[in-house]
Parts: sequence; structure tokens; C-alpha cells
Amino acid sequence: MRAWRRHGRGERARYVAVLDQPEASVLRGLVGQVDDMLAGRADASPADELSALTGIRTGPSTPPDDPVLARLLPEFHRPDADGDAGGGTDGAALAAALRSVREPELIEAKREAIATMLASLPGGGGRVELTAPQAEAWLTAVNDVRLALGTALEVSEDMPEQLPPDDPRADHLPVYHWLTWLQDSLVTVLLR
Amino acid sequence: MRVHVGQGGRGGGPVTRLSAPAEPATSVEELPDELVDADTPWQTIVWNDPVNLMSYVTWVFQKLFGYDKAKATALMMDVHHKGRATVSSGSREKVEGDVAKLHAAGLWATMQRAS
Repeated sequence: MRAWRRHGRGERARYVAVLDQPEASVLRGLVGQVDDMLAGRADASPADELSALTGIRTGPSTPPDDPVLARLLPEFHRPDADGDAGGGTDGAALAAALRSVREPELIEAKREAIATMLASLPGGGGRVELTAPQAEAWLTAVNDVRLALGTALEVSEDMPEQLPPDDPRADHLPVYHWLTWLQDSLVTVLLR
Repeated sequence: MRVHVGQGGRGGGPVTRLSAPAEPATSVEELPDELVDADTPWQTIVWNDPVNLMSYVTWVFQKLFGYDKAKATALMMDVHHKGRATVSSGSREKVEGDVAKLHAAGLWATMQRAS
């Protein structure tokens, strides 16, 4: 694919790119994997009778064990950081309470962005034409894939363009770099 | 955070990155006055991470908080250089909502009581 372009202005602006079939397929596959992970996390804390009755959902109070999911669903409060939780509240208890209340809607927001992206990405590749809200969903969903891949590949700020061939991550890094380029290209057009 | 000045070819081409980003024109040291209110003791902190792009973080700050480009860029540079920045403050409910939005966007954010 080539860089994203904007056609039109204001409400009528459309963000356009052409993806070939393998590119569309890789995107669908990776975004789908993130969606599966998020769905798995949500399913692990089924709604109880009280939440069914009140409509108030609560999620788990502890962060995911899996480092990829933990990066996608971070803590709301860091008891280790300076500044205390205040009001005599224990920092760890605050983090647990905030996660429990906030995680279900966070998972939902991420899955909505993924659904929007998948709905506007032709399975066989081809021309993609996005409204601004769709483009924003793409940014969010692609960023989540990069967070997931970056965590799995242990990406650092000074990650080289290529890794030595004997590094088990070497085959996956080009995909990460391609997603980085795709996201940066889209955000650049949105900011312009 | 990563700087990305890319030039993608078909399937992702060669990429060039700036290794030493320019210093921000505006220092965020000047910002806390308008960001921090004595009556509103909670702060939203954004932490540096190796995946989020500088361009994307700037866009998120503009989009979520309505900051202009200069302010969003200055905050982003603070995250990049100092490892963290206070990006908003207010009541606990407000800051909780800000952190939730930042998490939805994939940034690493936490809330804490203003010291």
C-alpha cells in the first residue's frame, strides 16, 4: 500500500488507501487475535445476578497475568508512583476498585474500534475509504495490535530495523514496522 | 515513545527514524498553572512507553483534551524526555474518565492525587 491520502474537507473528508490482499489478510488476522484476547478476558468474568439486575457491570480486580493483555488493560493507579491515593485509601485497593469498575467498558470500547475497522476493511484487499470516525477507529485498533505485538516482541525504543536472523523475533519485526508506518501515515493525514 | 518518519513502499519499505528529536519550543514547565487547580486534587499522568508513536500521542492529546497543537506537542515531548507528564487534572471523577479515555486510545496513563 501507499501512504493514506485525504480527499475532501470537513465533514466530507475521506481517508483513502489501497491495500493488497496479503496486507488486508495480515491486518484482519492480527486485529482478530487482539479481539479474541479481549473477548476471552471479558468472558472470564461472567455477569452475576446482581449485575444482571442492576445493569452495573464489574470486572476482575486484578490485572491479567498475560503481559500482552496487561498492556492493553493497564492499571488506573500506580501505588508505586509518587503521590498517594489520598484520603487514607490504600493505593492497591484503589487500583483494584478502579479496574473492577472500568475494565468492562474499556474492553467494550476496544472491541468496538476493532469491529468498526473490520467492517471497513475489505477481506480481499482493495480500496479503503474511511470517514473521520472510521479513521479514528483504525488508529485505535492498529495501535492496540502494535501494543500487543510490541509487548510480545519486547520492542524497545531503540529497536533496530532488522534483528539478526537467529533471533526468533526476526520474522515478526517487519510486520510490526509496517503497522507502525501504516499508523503514522494515517495519523499524519488526520493531523494535517 | 517512538519517532517515526517513515517512507513505506509496497508492503512496508525502508524506514528512517530520527534518533534525537528536537527539543520542544514550549516548555511544559509553564503549563501546570492552567492544568492544576488547587480545588481539584487529582492528576492524570501519562507515562512513556516504547510503542506509542510521538505523532499518535500528540493527536490523542489534541483529540481527547482539545489542546492546540503546540500544547499537545509540548506535553508529548515531556512524556518522551522526562518519562511522564501531567496531562489533565480535576475531580476524581473527571480524572478517572480521562484515564479511561487514554486507556481506550492505548496510552499508558494513571491517576494520582496531586502532591
